[in-house]
Amino acid sequence: MVKKIPIGPYHPILEEPEFFELIVDGERVVDIEMTIGWSHRGIELLSEHKTWDQIPFLVERVCGICSASHPYAYVKAVEDLLGIEVPLRAQFIRVIVAELERLHSHLLWTGLAGHFIGYNTVFMWAWRYREPLLDVIEAVTGNRNHYATYRVGGVRRDLPAEEIPNILKLLEVIESKNSMLTKAILDDPVIHARTKGVGVLPRNKCREYGALGPTARAGHYDIDGRRDHPIDAYDKVNFNVIVCETGDVFDKAVVRQLENFESIKIIRQCLEQIKDTEPGDIWTEIHEVPPGEGHGMYEAPRGEVFHYVRSDGGNTPLRHKIRAPSFNNILTNEVSVPGNTVADAGLITAAVDPCYSCTERVGVVDSQSGSRSILTEADLIRLSQEKTERIRKRLARSRLGV
Amino acid sequence: MSLALKALKKSPWVFHVNTGACNNCDIEILDCLTPRFDVERFGIVLVGSIRHADVLLISGPVTKNCLPRLKRLYEQAPKPIKVIAFGACGCKCGIFRDGYNTVGPVDKYIPVDAYIPGCPPKPETIIAGVVKVLGTL
Ligand code: SF4
Repeated sequence: MVKKIPIGPYHPILEEPEFFELIVDGERVVDIEMTIGWSHRGIELLSEHKTWDQIPFLVERVCGICSASHPYAYVKAVEDLLGIEVPLRAQFIRVIVAELERLHSHLLWTGLAGHFIGYNTVFMWAWRYREPLLDVIEAVTGNRNHYATYRVGGVRRDLPAEEIPNILKLLEVIESKNSMLTKAILDDPVIHARTKGVGVLPRNKCREYGALGPTARAGHYDIDGRRDHPIDAYDKVNFNVIVCETGDVFDKAVVRQLENFESIKIIRQCLEQIKDTEPGDIWTEIHEVPPGEGHGMYEAPRGEVFHYVRSDGGNTPLRHKIRAPSFNNILTNEVSVPGNTVADAGLITAAVDPCYSCTERVGVVDSQSGSRSILTEADLIRLSQEKTERIRKRLARSRLGV
Repeated sequence: MSLALKALKKSPWVFHVNTGACNNCDIEILDCLTPRFDVERFGIVLVGSIRHADVLLISGPVTKNCLPRLKRLYEQAPKPIKVIAFGACGCKCGIFRDGYNTVGPVDKYIPVDAYIPGCPPKPETIIAGVVKVLGTL
C-alpha cells in the first residue's frame, strides 16, 4: 500500500527548514517531495537597506553554523568590486577563523549523526570536544558563535599573540580526539551496517543536482572551492581535498572526519606564517564603494557559498544575492532517499547536513483513504535507533556463532 | 501550589520550537544538554512533543509561514505552560525586525513569561534564565 509521510516543516536545529513528503510502499521509500522556505526572512532585501559595513552582521545570521562563511563570501564580493588587496595578517586570521568554524561544524554533524543512529555516546563526546573549540573561538573573536570578525578590507580584531599557544594546544587535543572518532567510525561494524550502501549519491547525480561540499566529495565529485579558486591565504597553505568513492552515508561521514585533519593542518600552517606579519596590520582603509558589481565565494563546511553584490555608488548595495550550498544539497535527497527504508530516511536527509532534528513532526497520509496520522520526530529517531539495536543484536549473535 | 506546578518545578520538560531562527540559538540550546553544561542533572529534558511539555522555548522572529503553527502549538500545549522567548529574535525580532516576512515578535501572539536575550544567549545565560522562571512558580 502506498502511503505518504510528510516530514517537517521546520527544522529546529539545523540550517534550512524543510518539508519532505516521503511516499512509501510498506517500509520502502519510493519517492520524496520537498518544499522549502519556512524560515524565509527576506535577508537579501534587508541587506539592501543596510550599509556596506553593517551587512557582515546580517549575513552572519543567514545560518548559525556558517557564521564565518557567509560574511567571508560577502566581503570577498565587495573586495572584488573594489579591487583591493587585504593585508596578509588579516588574510591569515580570516582563514584561521573559517577553519575553526569548519572543525566545529563537522564535529557537530558527527555528533548529530551519532544521535540519529542511536549512538548517543558519540553525540555527547563529539559535542564535548566541540566546547574547547568554542572557547578558543570566543577568545579569538569575542563570541562563541556569531564571530563578527570579517569586515570589508580586513578583519575587526587582531589575533592576540598569547592566544597562539592556546590554539596550538587545542589543535593537539582535537586531533587526537578526532582520530579516535574516525577510528570508531571506520571500525564499528554497527555503523558500517547502518551507513554503508545507504543513501547512495553517485557521481553523475552529484553533477546533475549541483551537489557541493562534502556531499559531492563523498560521491567522488572532486570539487573544493578552497583549492579550485583559492582566496586570501589559501594559496599559501598545503592541504588535501578528501574525496571518497561511493557517496553513501558512510562516505559522507568519513569525508567530514578526514577533512577535520586537513583543517587542523591549515590552521597550523597559518599560525606559523602569521608570526612573520606585522601585528595590528589588519585593515585596508576604504572610503567609498564605486558603482560596479562583484562576486565572492567561499567553501563553507557544507559547500560553496556564493555572494553577488551590485553597487550604484551609494552606501548600500543595489542588489545582494546569496546562494547557500544546502539548497543544492537538500535536493539531492530526491536521488538518495528513494529505495531506502523509512528508518534510514532520517539519517540520509541528515547526511547532507541540514540535519534532521528534534522537534520535527511526521504525519502519515493514507493515500487511499486520505487519513492522516501524526508521527513525531521522536518516532522517526526511535525507528532509526531500533534498527541499530536490531543490527547490534544480530552482530552479537553471529559473533557467538548462534 | 497545585500539584502540577510542584511537579513542574522539579523537572521542567522543555519543548523547543524554531520560528525562523538562524539556528544558532537552537544549537546553543542543544549545547546545554551536552556534558559541559548537562542540564539534565536538574531534570530539564528536551521533549519531542508539545503534549509532554512544561516549558515552551521559542527562538526566532516569527515568520509568516510559522505563525499558524506557533499558535496551534500554544493551543495544544498542556496548561499551565511557561513560555520563554529566546534570543534577540525571540524577544524583539532582532536583526530581522524590518523583514517583509517577519510578523513577530512572539509576545504579539502568545503570552510570554520570560525573555532570554542574547544573540545567541550563552548556555550560562540560558540556565540562569530557566532557573529564574522556575523561581517565579
Ligand atoms: S537571536 Fe541571534 S542567534 Fe538567535 S536566532 Fe536570532 S540571529 Fe540567530
